[in-house]
Amino acid sequence: MTQPIVEMKGISKSFVGNKVLNNVDFEVLPGEVHALLGENGAGKSTLMKILTGIHSRDEGEIYVKGEAVEFNNPKESEKAGIAVIHQELNIIPYLTVMENMFLGRELKYGKTGVTNTKKMKQLTKEYLQQLGIDLDPLALAGNLSVGQQQMVEIAKAISVNAEMIVMDEPTAALTDREIERLFEVVDRLREQEVGIVYISHRMEEIYRICDRVSILRDGEYIGTRDTKTVEYEEIIQMLVGRELGTLYPERDAEIGEVKMKVEGLTSDAFHDINFDLREGEILGVAGLMGAGRSEIMQSLFGYRAIESGSISIEGKPVNIKKPTDAIDAGIGFVTEDRKEQGLVLSMSVKENLSLPNLKGVSHQTVLSEKSEKELVDDLVKRLNVKMAGQNQEVRMLSGGNQQKVVIGKWLGINPKILILDEPTRGVDVGAKKEIYHIMNELTKQGVSIVMISSELPEVLGMSDRILVIHEGRIGAELKREDATQEKIMYAATGGE
Amino acid sequence: MKNQSVGQILQKIGPLLGLIVIMIGLSIMSPQFLSLDNLLTMLRQVTIVGLLAFGMTFVILTGGIDLSVGSTLALAGALTAGMMASGLDPILAVLLGVLAGAVLGAFNGLVISKGKVAPFIATLATMTMFRGLALVYTEGRPVTGFTDSQFFDLIGRGYLFGIPIPVIIMFVIFFILLFILKKTVFGRHVYALGGNEEASILSGIKVNRVKIGVYSLTGALSALAGIILTSRLGSASPNAGFTYELDAIAAVVLGGTSLSGGRGWIFGTLIGALIIGVLNNGLNLLGVSSNYQQIVKGAVILLAVLLDRQKS
Repeated sequence: MTQPIVEMKGISKSFVGNKVLNNVDFEVLPGEVHALLGENGAGKSTLMKILTGIHSRDEGEIYVKGEAVEFNNPKESEKAGIAVIHQELNIIPYLTVMENMFLGRELKYGKTGVTNTKKMKQLTKEYLQQLGIDLDPLALAGNLSVGQQQMVEIAKAISVNAEMIVMDEPTAALTDREIERLFEVVDRLREQEVGIVYISHRMEEIYRICDRVSILRDGEYIGTRDTKTVEYEEIIQMLVGRELGTLYPERDAEIGEVKMKVEGLTSDAFHDINFDLREGEILGVAGLMGAGRSEIMQSLFGYRAIESGSISIEGKPVNIKKPTDAIDAGIGFVTEDRKEQGLVLSMSVKENLSLPNLKGVSHQTVLSEKSEKELVDDLVKRLNVKMAGQNQEVRMLSGGNQQKVVIGKWLGINPKILILDEPTRGVDVGAKKEIYHIMNELTKQGVSIVMISSELPEVLGMSDRILVIHEGRIGAELKREDATQEKIMYAATGGE
Repeated sequence: MKNQSVGQILQKIGPLLGLIVIMIGLSIMSPQFLSLDNLLTMLRQVTIVGLLAFGMTFVILTGGIDLSVGSTLALAGALTAGMMASGLDPILAVLLGVLAGAVLGAFNGLVISKGKVAPFIATLATMTMFRGLALVYTEGRPVTGFTDSQFFDLIGRGYLFGIPIPVIIMFVIFFILLFILKKTVFGRHVYALGGNEEASILSGIKVNRVKIGVYSLTGALSALAGIILTSRLGSASPNAGFTYELDAIAAVVLGGTSLSGGRGWIFGTLIGALIIGVLNNGLNLLGVSSNYQQIVKGAVILLAVLLDRQKS
């Protein structure tokens, strides 16, 4: 049997009396891509932080290539050959690819302080080529796409002889083409006998590139399976600890009259966008990342300027120049990036939920504590937000619950139209199902929903109708019953 | 105060504990310190920086900064004195003076919101401009002998039930501002804007209005401070309030408000201003030279911020 690169045995950890990991085992073999799966709060990050020496463990042992180790900080684990590619990349945008690659360990001429640019440039090229990447070592890192920046980080890990790489949701911000690229690189790393820990919520990726999958739930180690033999349903059951049933609810809302009509919408990012949205309908918007989907929605909401085009709601033309105009017209917008655009992280759950609704809970600009509480009580109940209390800071909630708060903000205005941009990104399966359920309930009450999503199963599972955007134009409009993943991808890539 | 961890509560009462420790220390070293007379004098001294710091709290909560408060204080003080000197009714002159401060602040707000200039740069420029305007208006000399109005004298020098009127003004303003921050839509918008501007815009908050609002408020409060100072001294100097903006910022920071915006409270600022006032007063009583006083003040600010870092 091959010796694991890393072996963690019986790891336990408590934070202020709260057991977050209980007797967890985990190992990674050379040349293996090992998925680490668990809902938010299951203990994945804590386990990885213990491995890399950010947190200390209460119990258990860690072995690297058979030898017991004790890491006190990330530097020490790095020395032992463990690298982490974080979700938020550690790239300095104003430095070149080469400078990023050699940051803190620049090559010099002898003992002088003069950097050996020539050598570094050549090595950078070599490391990148090892991964099959063609990038100019002198390109400014900030000008690269997120996918390219990630490649630079992976190459950097290779350059320090990492034998194991932890990838934390590596595809979350990548376009489909970049994801393909990443998978090619992962395959190369596998050939070079590097072990990879792959953390992701996206099940199809796990089946696609991982060899084994280990599942954590509520800090407990549930088990490890071979991806070639394990059924999808079994993984889900291990993840949530119960039968989840079908993920997507039966779409049983009655679809009514045209609610919103968009005609000839044009800006620098998209061209001549025309579509109708009906009462109680979920309109899915698919397309590759960067196709202009989010830009169209931002313009509908008045957050981005348009050059021409018109929007009418319930037959009346509306002039939307700023977000307040959109809100007055009954549009709510759940943005793609909940931390940057959706939430005020320093504020409480209550304050976030009432933020677009302050007019409704105040008299002559003086807030009414009672009406605010009533509003928030109602929203929290409808959305089943799990929290310590309404005054808890929203940043302390899990991703799924944060997302529910962002959606809840807009339920308070009683929207006619709700735009959801990637409503389940970074959300665990349990919360996903709840969000789908909320969407279905809303449409039953007559709300019309536009849903942008990069997850095709979600688009197919939830939409009544699907628009596919390709390079700023509507590439196809598909009915629910006609749509397939293949048809969507065909239209999204311009029928290549 | 529900759902707060021990750390958060400690963070909130930290400044108050600091103030109490300093006061105990000073009362041991100087028996005069705790006399009612001295405490009232100290409070009266605090009012000027206190008012500036109250406005500064709003600005800093939005993630901004206002370096022009000291200059606004001088210019508004001089304008008020000048208006009275030319025969205007003192009550009207005071109101117009405060209004002038609000207009100067609104100008800051406009440059920052519509002009999209970083608050530090915008108010650095207007700090210089407003000071220059004060010098031009007064021809570089203090304005004196402008009124014998009893009303105007009372603002800075009067007493009500044995309490100096400036102190009463400061506390009335404090409670009004506390109400605005905690209980009004505007106050909520101030916190939201400082916490996340993009999310605020996307939640339908008219952020430009909020910005113009906070800078106007700060301008008005600076003018009020200038008027109180002018009344107390019986003279309006174009150099009044020089570097007061730094004391105001220090008071806000000592009170635990985050310079990056979104987190903080005005009660902390009151405590911060009192810490600075108590230190000034106590060190004077102990006969410490003003040169050494500066070192002590700076060290206390540094210590406070370092302790704050330890906690988080």
